[in-house]
Amino acid sequence: MSVIGSPVSRVDGPAKVNGEAHYAGEFAPKDLLYAATADSTCPAGTIVTLDTRDAARAPGVLLVLTHLNADRLPYQEPAERVAVDPVAGAQLRVLDGPAILFSGQPIALVVARTQAQAEYGASLVPAPYDADPPAKLRFDPALAQPTSEAAAKKKRGPETRKGDAEGAFARAPVTLDERYRLSREQHHPMEPHATVAEWTGDRLTLWSKTQWVGNERDEIARRFGLPPANVRVINPYVGGAFGSSLRTWPHVTLAAMAARRARRPVRLELTRRQLFTFVGHRGQSEQHVRLGADPNGRLLATICEATGQTSTYEEFAEPLLGPAGATYACDDRLTRYKLVPMNVNTPCPMRGPGWATGLVAQEMAMDELAERLGMDPIELRLRNYAERDPMKDLPWSSKALRECYAQGAERFGWSKRPLKPRARRDGRDLVGLGMATAIYDSGRYPTSASVALLPDGTALVRCATADMGPGTYTSMTQVAADALGLPLARVRFELGDSTFPPAKEHGGSTTMASVGPAIQEACGAVKAKLAGVADGAPITDFAAVLRRAGLDRIEAEASAKPDDAMKTHSINGFGAVFAEVRVDVDLCTIRATRIVGAYDAGRIVNPKLAHSQCIGGMVQGIGMALFEDVEWDEHLGRVSNGTIAEYIVPVNADIHDLDAIFVDTREPLLNPLGVKGVAELGLCGVAPAIANAVWHATGKRVRNLPITPDRLLTA
Amino acid sequence: MTRDGGEAADPDWSRREIMITAAAAGGSVMSMGTTAAAAAKIAGPAGDRTIDLVLTINWTEHRLTGIEAHTTLLDALRDHLHLTGTKKGCGLGQCGACTVHVDGRRVNSCLTLAVMQQGKAITTIEGLAVQEALHPLQAAFVEHDGFQCGYCTPGQIMSGVACIAEGHAGSDDEIREWMSGNLCRCGAYSNIVASIRQAAAGKA
Repeated sequence: MSVIGSPVSRVDGPAKVNGEAHYAGEFAPKDLLYAATADSTCPAGTIVTLDTRDAARAPGVLLVLTHLNADRLPYQEPAERVAVDPVAGAQLRVLDGPAILFSGQPIALVVARTQAQAEYGASLVPAPYDADPPAKLRFDPALAQPTSEAAAKKKRGPETRKGDAEGAFARAPVTLDERYRLSREQHHPMEPHATVAEWTGDRLTLWSKTQWVGNERDEIARRFGLPPANVRVINPYVGGAFGSSLRTWPHVTLAAMAARRARRPVRLELTRRQLFTFVGHRGQSEQHVRLGADPNGRLLATICEATGQTSTYEEFAEPLLGPAGATYACDDRLTRYKLVPMNVNTPCPMRGPGWATGLVAQEMAMDELAERLGMDPIELRLRNYAERDPMKDLPWSSKALRECYAQGAERFGWSKRPLKPRARRDGRDLVGLGMATAIYDSGRYPTSASVALLPDGTALVRCATADMGPGTYTSMTQVAADALGLPLARVRFELGDSTFPPAKEHGGSTTMASVGPAIQEACGAVKAKLAGVADGAPITDFAAVLRRAGLDRIEAEASAKPDDAMKTHSINGFGAVFAEVRVDVDLCTIRATRIVGAYDAGRIVNPKLAHSQCIGGMVQGIGMALFEDVEWDEHLGRVSNGTIAEYIVPVNADIHDLDAIFVDTREPLLNPLGVKGVAELGLCGVAPAIANAVWHATGKRVRNLPITPDRLLTA
Repeated sequence: MTRDGGEAADPDWSRREIMITAAAAGGSVMSMGTTAAAAAKIAGPAGDRTIDLVLTINWTEHRLTGIEAHTTLLDALRDHLHLTGTKKGCGLGQCGACTVHVDGRRVNSCLTLAVMQQGKAITTIEGLAVQEALHPLQAAFVEHDGFQCGYCTPGQIMSGVACIAEGHAGSDDEIREWMSGNLCRCGAYSNIVASIRQAAAGKA
């Protein structure tokens, strides 16, 4: 059996369980100082005065930076924006002027000898504001504006249209017309974002939490007007991110500014409260869905008009309407996308960006349509099975969604589900079953990797990618061991250093499809070099070959990039998610007691880790469906539940029986490994499956997620 | 879950007392808890009020000189002693990432002051393995993939060891309940329960 496909344990597991894995904020160069920020308490306006005298006199404080004394940075424009940045607008320039764009914007930076001294100093900076212009604080779809030309170029435009959806909807014998809302969510990785910055002359080293060391290097180089080669970004372990470390956020700039002025290394670690305002979020959304069908369940019209949230200074548009375009066959379809600009920090991608959000509305709407038709929800989906991508009008490279429905239903026991809601009761609990389709857009990026064969008989493989939890260390070790014909223990994979061969973002479920092939290429190249000096000796004996040839290593670097497959075909991961909930008949408390997901994610490199990723997605989906809700005070313009106890996330006691199965498939076109990506797919479809199960348990539809007991009680 | 919180246990230095002393030493006299800003000032550092202390961590004595009296056990471990296996997730006792053992009991190290833990036996994740060999619960976490990113993991394991020792690992439901003070955002809860179940069975 090949080591690819084998459920090996994490190679970095021992380091993570014994405390040896070092995360960004844990690097402590000599003479390290600590920084904290004072943040605006007003959502829009201008700082009138900024009195830093008390802060400067506070114990241990060495430096206070504000817009009045901070360096003006050049902020050079990139030739082209990277995919992780918003499509339009101008990024926040920290400490660059008195303008306030959102509550929580950093207005002063205090550097001190200890963390507590820095935080205390920052608490002493009063700032009166002139609150003009009036802040935009209401998420009201009536205030929304169509997305821009820039968004349209990235397939997030204001409108897509095929056929005559409105006419077909008006004529359809069975229709559905509903609005679905999803609250703002925060990523809240367990590791708060942190940067340690150290200057040596005009060279800068950053130990900084990021999903993309290469972009952080380039971005900071542009902000400071440095050659990229003068900046090095190091981050071997990322304590979760879920999209929140794709961009280079302002705190990275602040840490570097402070270290330059202090002439000593500085750490800036965000507080849990600051994670609400420094590093993006999944913005609020409303989707107005209209579906028309014939009595047999064939879709005649699909219309989805989505409203998202963005900031006043940047346009964040995401592929929210991907599912509406790609999931079901329908000739007459229409999507519209608008954004409400608000005085908030700019949203950013959060696991399953756009797709997971779009699926909430679409899959709840399909469930409601099945109810109106008196049809099994899977049957309705099968009757509208898309044999080609209906929006792009391209063939799928691979699609085993039928098998997902069948195998998931079998594992879950779907066939015993009564069609009618509120039909099953067990003691105080109403029991319901629901399902939803999952779909996510697969992708691949050009990537490079290096391999060095060393005299101790081990191979050292390197790539500037990241591992925020999916298991990049392990899966890439497997790929390299397979390509080199070596046991796992003789391969070491290193990542998270911008001096390594370049990779793009560790996001969008692209890492396996992008980095894996680069490693295969590099392994092939190093084997060819070895053959040149080996005199026919087997590769496993390369230590002896090196000795005989008097070499201290044989090294090769290679790149791999996608071909035209993503243009000639639609490439998506698919899945079917099934959920059982129990709802207390009086209190309306909801427990998600059982979830099964069946996935077509292409070939699975490590079933143990892929299973963990998918059940982890289910946990986050439970959060999305039942708990996670950034409570927004639209008068103060502030998050009113800004801690990890008040912003409720699932805890261990909320989690019961979770299972993920993988349909045996191999993606033929996207990459030679045959993978399609797992991470985003694991969140997609979970929340609507739970919402549909809540309806099936109670007979009540709550179209406003999360479905909290009060919402269910009053539905 | 530090249900005891660890705060009221020390007779000599309570956190509240230090805060009040700190405010007085700073020369400002103010009433407690009037506004958020005032509260922050009261909690501020005490000028030159630094102390020396000795902590026994993983059977080794560590001398800390000239540290601020209000230094939390967590900051003492991470920032002063560079024992970074103990993680900072929130600093508010809400996430459990900083869980350590004090005299065998699990404690959120962000909610207790270093000075309060003198003369006690502190165990951190770095002290759990015995002579290179992983503790059975550490090994079970690797085997059952009880984590993804690994950041909550030291706290989960310290909490899990205590959970077993307390006799709170009798069933999956009991483990879930008594492990609910340790958040995991990657969602490894099921595998954490499996790891603790296995380690608990090995002990029985």
